[in-house]
Amino acid sequence: MDFGNIIDAALSQALGPQAIVFALAAIGLNIHFGYTGLLNFGQSGFMAIAGFGLAVSVVRFDLPFFVGVLIALVTPVLLALVLGVPTLRLRADYLAIVTIASSEILRLILGAVEFKDVFGGSNGLTGFVRPFQDLNPYSGPLDLGIVSWSRSDLWSLTVGWILVALGCLLVWALMRSPWGRILRSIREDEDAVRSLGKNVFSYKLQALILGGVFGGLAGLFHVLKQGSAVPTDFNTTFTFYAYAALLVGGAARVLGPVVGSIIFWFLVAGLGELFDQLTDGSGVNLPTWLMTDTQASLVRFIVLGLGLMLLMIFRPQGIFGDRREIAIDAR
Amino acid sequence: MPANLKRSTGEAATASLVDVPRVPGAPKPDPIVKGDNITRTFGGLKAVDVQHIEIQRGVITALIGPNGAGKTTLFNLLTGFDVPDTGAWSFNDKSLAKVAAFKVARAGMVRTFQLTKVLAKLTVIENMRLGATGQRGEKIWSAPFKSLWGSQEDEITARADELLERFKLDAKREDFAGSLSGGQRKLLEMARSLMVDPELIMLDEPMAGVNPALKQSLLGHVKSLRDEGRTVLFVEHDMDMVREISDWVIVMAQGQIVAEGTPESVMADPAVIDAYLGAHHDTDLTELDPAELEAQAEAELDAEAAAEEAKE
Amino acid sequence: MRLRLAALVPLVFCLTALGALFTPTQADETPAPSPAASASAGATSSPPDADYYIAVQLLDSSKKAADGTSGVPVPDVKLTVVDDAKADVGSSVTDAEGRVYIPIDGGGKYTVELDEDSLPDGVKLSGSASTTKTVQVFLEGATNVQFQIGVTAVKATPFLTEFSQAMFNGIKYGLIIALAGLGLSLVFGTTGLTNFAHGELITFGAIAAYVFNRGFGLPVIIAGILAVVASAALGWIQDKGLWGPLRKRGTGLIAMMIVSIGLALLVRSLFQYFFGGSTRTYSEYVAQGPNKIGSLRIADKELAIVGIAIIVIVVTCILLARTRLGKAMRAVADNPALAASSGMRVDSVITAVWVLGTALTGLSGVLYAVDKQVSFVMGFKILLLVFAAVTLGGLGTIWGAILGSLIIGIVDEVGPVFGVPASIKDVGPLLVLVLILLVRPQGLLGKAQRIG
Repeated sequence: MDFGNIIDAALSQALGPQAIVFALAAIGLNIHFGYTGLLNFGQSGFMAIAGFGLAVSVVRFDLPFFVGVLIALVTPVLLALVLGVPTLRLRADYLAIVTIASSEILRLILGAVEFKDVFGGSNGLTGFVRPFQDLNPYSGPLDLGIVSWSRSDLWSLTVGWILVALGCLLVWALMRSPWGRILRSIREDEDAVRSLGKNVFSYKLQALILGGVFGGLAGLFHVLKQGSAVPTDFNTTFTFYAYAALLVGGAARVLGPVVGSIIFWFLVAGLGELFDQLTDGSGVNLPTWLMTDTQASLVRFIVLGLGLMLLMIFRPQGIFGDRREIAIDAR
Repeated sequence: MPANLKRSTGEAATASLVDVPRVPGAPKPDPIVKGDNITRTFGGLKAVDVQHIEIQRGVITALIGPNGAGKTTLFNLLTGFDVPDTGAWSFNDKSLAKVAAFKVARAGMVRTFQLTKVLAKLTVIENMRLGATGQRGEKIWSAPFKSLWGSQEDEITARADELLERFKLDAKREDFAGSLSGGQRKLLEMARSLMVDPELIMLDEPMAGVNPALKQSLLGHVKSLRDEGRTVLFVEHDMDMVREISDWVIVMAQGQIVAEGTPESVMADPAVIDAYLGAHHDTDLTELDPAELEAQAEAELDAEAAAEEAKE
Repeated sequence: MRLRLAALVPLVFCLTALGALFTPTQADETPAPSPAASASAGATSSPPDADYYIAVQLLDSSKKAADGTSGVPVPDVKLTVVDDAKADVGSSVTDAEGRVYIPIDGGGKYTVELDEDSLPDGVKLSGSASTTKTVQVFLEGATNVQFQIGVTAVKATPFLTEFSQAMFNGIKYGLIIALAGLGLSLVFGTTGLTNFAHGELITFGAIAAYVFNRGFGLPVIIAGILAVVASAALGWIQDKGLWGPLRKRGTGLIAMMIVSIGLALLVRSLFQYFFGGSTRTYSEYVAQGPNKIGSLRIADKELAIVGIAIIVIVVTCILLARTRLGKAMRAVADNPALAASSGMRVDSVITAVWVLGTALTGLSGVLYAVDKQVSFVMGFKILLLVFAAVTLGGLGTIWGAILGSLIIGIVDEVGPVFGVPASIKDVGPLLVLVLILLVRPQGLLGKAQRIG
């Protein structure tokens, strides 16, 4: 048993690029669900459309990288309009079903063999991140003893955490404003807000767009740090995990999604490494009738599922939430 | 406060209605709301079927009637929370039929709800601030910059504090609205709707679930709304309240207006007594079959429950 | 999953020996820590040390080989295997004998893609022959896939036959979805719960039947009946142990929905933990030869599935319409408060709904598994279609769920006949769902509601 490795794995994931992707996506979900009460189960769709927005414009249309980035930020707005305009006047469930369906539609189409010429099929697209890597000012990897990152990871981390910080700043500034007050009121009772002369539909649409753009940023950052856009990266389970991260940290808290993503990845990576070591055939091992090395990789998902249930039942406000003003009525 | 609001008194209000004939759909000297042929059916039952209605400006009008008479549905229709099958109505001579609820409120016609809709997870003062209209900070582009809306927010807060004081809620300023009692919620909802500065304020059962000790002060507040020049329309079951504060009463049964008049004249009207008791008499009322009435009441309740659920 | 390590050996071999030809597949860095992480695997030119693999031999039949047999091997052609979830399983190039072996993760549906650009000059696929082939892998060992080179393409099946075959498949699929959809709709109708763990209830039925069948050696029919009973029991346990107590605490619907997301993840991972990641089959009715009925090709088991599903759905509808319990269920669904105030024991009615709903869903899983195979994600994969079916028909309405399911099943299967690419045929029903909701938000048979 090597605890150093476990801590290393856990920490480098908790602070690493993957946690940033989660944090950005969860900031978006926080605007949707935490503050406004919109059930967006298709955040992976917003990520996919942005990630492929960049990839397709650069790889297939030979557009300059930064034009691609711009396109990647506009496509989630369009998706939000398409999904929001017809559904936001209806019951909350409709947005949920339409977003989840559309994210699946996107994933299937992006990965389809038939559209390989455009989206690259199941392999996705590569070769569009050069300008991003060229901007890397670091000369070598960073090794802090307990954690270490490669040179390119270091650059991704710098850009990613700056994005996350700016995102949090924006959310903080928005949510203390009268605009944020309207969102929180809509979450609780739309009709009350309507009766006071506020255009609820318009605010819900604004929230959907803004949260969707954060989803897009997550997708954009994901393809940049990975160097490729792959359809299977944007499946529905991602959205559920992002919800889990948000709820761990506490919905309707500015830092909730960030703290939640860090804790989420710390646990997922830490548990993964721990049980890997417990089944790797050397040192202290669990008996194989109890757990094999394949089964070991599943323990974290079992814990994750159970944890999400218990959290929702016993501490719905998340770790830092305030029970009196939680987003979810759970008593 | 809008410039066109004139301070008024109970005497002035009574005086303005003295010549109005006491018949359903009676024309008023200075109507703020005029409606024609408003109907709404739920599954074959006509919940609302109003031929003509006028609400006099600057007075307190009570809308009464047995359960299921269509009072709340009429409220919902007038305020854009429900869509009528037919009908047209105007507010200050501006047509508001089938206009979205938020636009109705902006036009100056603000309502409260039978089950109070205070925002339990916002503090009392935040509830109040939400009511203010024309806030610069409600625009997404200026919202992040407090310098753009901070001073306006201070003005709004000052106004809100005044109202809280008037409604004796100032001690609860920083409490979450969820911690208030039923009566305090009614008060907060009323105070919050005043933040919109409406010309017409529509109260749906303001006395329901209010502790008797608070009732008298609530009555005082409703009167004070009129006295500062606003028009009040309220739905109520509490006949004492109706008798005590209303200047004019409109009686609904089975979706129709069946009587109108001053509280005294209406309460003495046998047709009204019958409507409430559901008794069979040969009156000028539509034939009231109690079973039918009950079925209609249930249908309306169901429809309302479904609508409530749909909104949740 | 156990194939992953086995596949690593040839992978290393490939990287060194065929380094120049081998195109590495995408690094396995999915953002979601996907439980079924796709294995990147290479290939060898001798049958690999794997339980399941796809074998292809490319022969150009327009030429004669030296030994007189027809067909010359076509080397250096790139082939890629993609699984049902569109994840890359592996790719490799044909060797001097025109052969290629690509290991896969067990049974299931796979698509083999031939890279047309890598065909040598002058060698062409016959006629309109497709560069992709979809295969259903049932058995361990080699599954052979053929690509036509140098011969005229087989004449296509007449449109009408193809269409009616797809209609039948669609109805069958729709009925399977309808059983699960009825369960979902009953629970949603009475409790308002959007149950994301519903897919796992489908899987539960299939796996329970697998355990009774393979574990205890019972015939599939008996095992299936026991699995439905076990599902009913699970429904009771779920309500008594989880949802009932949550209702009593006054847990909100959204919180319950998130609990169900957690439950789905927990149960799905447990299935994978104990059942494994591979796809398995029951001991009977696996590869049943189809009968020719008119121009249709229908296996006995398919007729049985359709028959059982129709009977159960009809019986359920009669139960709901006629019996006291059925009426009570509908009353609770219409208005729980009213039902409670009229002296109905709402809690027992809801328990009954959970038992009935889970049993129907379990049956749907058994039938689906008899039709295809058993896997730990089978329910999760069709959950969205079940949701779509129920929403399409109108949330909480029984007839709506059935109608919606049939539409979803038929659109899914018939789409490809009208040119929807087979690999994205699930897009069809989802698009239909979205479009219908835009026109008729309450669903086909839902009651119009007041909308603010």
